Amino acid sequence: MADTPFIARGFHGRRPAPGVRLPPGQYETRDFPVLSAGPTPRVSLATWDFTICDDAGHSKRWSWDDLQALPHDRPTVDIHCVTKWSKFGTHWEGVSVDTLLDGARAAGVSDGQFVLAFSDGGYTTNLPIADVTGGKAWIAFGYDGAPLAPEHGGPVRLLVPHLYFWKSAKWVRGLRILDRDERGFWEKLGYHDRGDPWREQRYQGD
Amino acid sequence: MQTEEMRLDGNAVAGSLLDVFAVDVTAAVATCAGCGAERLVGALLEYGHGMGVVLRCPGCDAVMLRVVRAGGYVRFDASGVSVLAIPRE
Amino acid sequence: MARAAIPGRLDWRVATVVDVRTETARARTLTLEVPDWPGHTAGQHVDVRLVAEDGYQAQRSYSIASAPEESSVALMIERLDDAEVSPYLCDVLRVGDGLEVRGPIGGYFVWDVAQSGPLFLVAGGSGIVPLMAMLRHHARAAESTRAQAPAKLLYSARSWDDVIYREELERLADSPYVDVTLALTRDAPADWSGHRRRIDRAMLEETCWPASRTPRIFVCGPTPLVESAASLLVALGHDPVRVRTERFGPTG
Repeated sequence: MADTPFIARGFHGRRPAPGVRLPPGQYETRDFPVLSAGPTPRVSLATWDFTICDDAGHSKRWSWDDLQALPHDRPTVDIHCVTKWSKFGTHWEGVSVDTLLDGARAAGVSDGQFVLAFSDGGYTTNLPIADVTGGKAWIAFGYDGAPLAPEHGGPVRLLVPHLYFWKSAKWVRGLRILDRDERGFWEKLGYHDRGDPWREQRYQGD
Repeated sequence: MQTEEMRLDGNAVAGSLLDVFAVDVTAAVATCAGCGAERLVGALLEYGHGMGVVLRCPGCDAVMLRVVRAGGYVRFDASGVSVLAIPRE
Repeated sequence: MARAAIPGRLDWRVATVVDVRTETARARTLTLEVPDWPGHTAGQHVDVRLVAEDGYQAQRSYSIASAPEESSVALMIERLDDAEVSPYLCDVLRVGDGLEVRGPIGGYFVWDVAQSGPLFLVAGGSGIVPLMAMLRHHARAAESTRAQAPAKLLYSARSWDDVIYREELERLADSPYVDVTLALTRDAPADWSGHRRRIDRAMLEETCWPASRTPRIFVCGPTPLVESAASLLVALGHDPVRVRTERFGPTG
């Protein structure tokens, strides 16, 4: 017996305005919705650090002061959440991941094809290393001219705006450089390993 | 708005949990694999926000249960629940 | 294993809208006839699914407002501007239309009058809906049963115009076994003699039974109100196991 779905008369759902800036299936929002997989971690900047490491035991660590001493970028970018909202022209301040990877390499951390970002609270997300290099990603601590608020990932979050925003791990504490891809919090449950909104890579297999 | 203000509870995801368990589990007792606390699923804290179901222990915040509908599958990770006691009708 | 011939609560069914009623400026009651409806317990909800012609889908949950004794199912829809589903349910859907529902769902935030002992209900905004089902169910019971399960409601709303089921609550409060207290948090009429502030410890202490009476407590509404009220009630000595909560999200 075929199951023909019941069509709700006159229902259209949210229909995005077509345009160059909006990836397929998205709609624009002026808000900044808060989506977090857990409660906001409480962090002390005095003890906070960021680490880039490999699985062979090499690592490079930056304190908050170390991070602040590195060159800052102020990127303005569009961001796209897999729950379908997109927000245009968001202003951030942070250090390019390229700068940090250079520092890590100089400290003997091996290269790899993939990264797994890890955060306070246990969140993780995986990405190809090509997606966090070449000026595409930042470790961000400022939003809209002010310190990044805790509910939006402060003190520091990963910012990878060209991919769906679940890859921009809030409360990030480091990156593990890997030779083989290792799935993170959402990816283990079926979300895409890369997450390109322009190719609508929401789920594994997309 | 803090993430804690945005969180819901097991009641909000009862329908999604039906897809996994085939029975309503909001009245089931779940034992947290992290701290051992036993609570009704309806009382667990929910942080999915449209990406999926994320139920956490109100006592220790450990992730107890996750559910995501992606592609042709519903995947669930219940490794944070050591025992689930579902009342028999 | 053969699939049951009678649809279970897992299955989506097409209900028919039989009545649409305006409650307040933003709240509407939608009454549905659901085929093969198995009945529900006060506090349960249904999932509603809307499918557009191109297959696009949206799904929401709505608490059942009607008493289990009624044959049709009443939902309360709060219309939020710019939302995806509530404007459709309030502005487009009309009597005679079909609406896909699944349920009843919920085994935790439920109450039956057979569970005797005092009942304390705390509602914030649209959180009144599942508690209204409980009060309507309570009103249908025999007097002796109601006497064993006296009910008190503390209902917080922004203004008098936001209080849903106003007249009905006034009528229910006529009963010696039902007490209704309102707290208006933003705007109150000039002659308002009730509470003019958010629910706090003093208000809960004044309104609720003492912990020694071991009331069953249900708190429903937006997360910050629910968590605050639940913690305060526990601080007042109520057993956390007897305080059940249902948090409503902002989505419409």
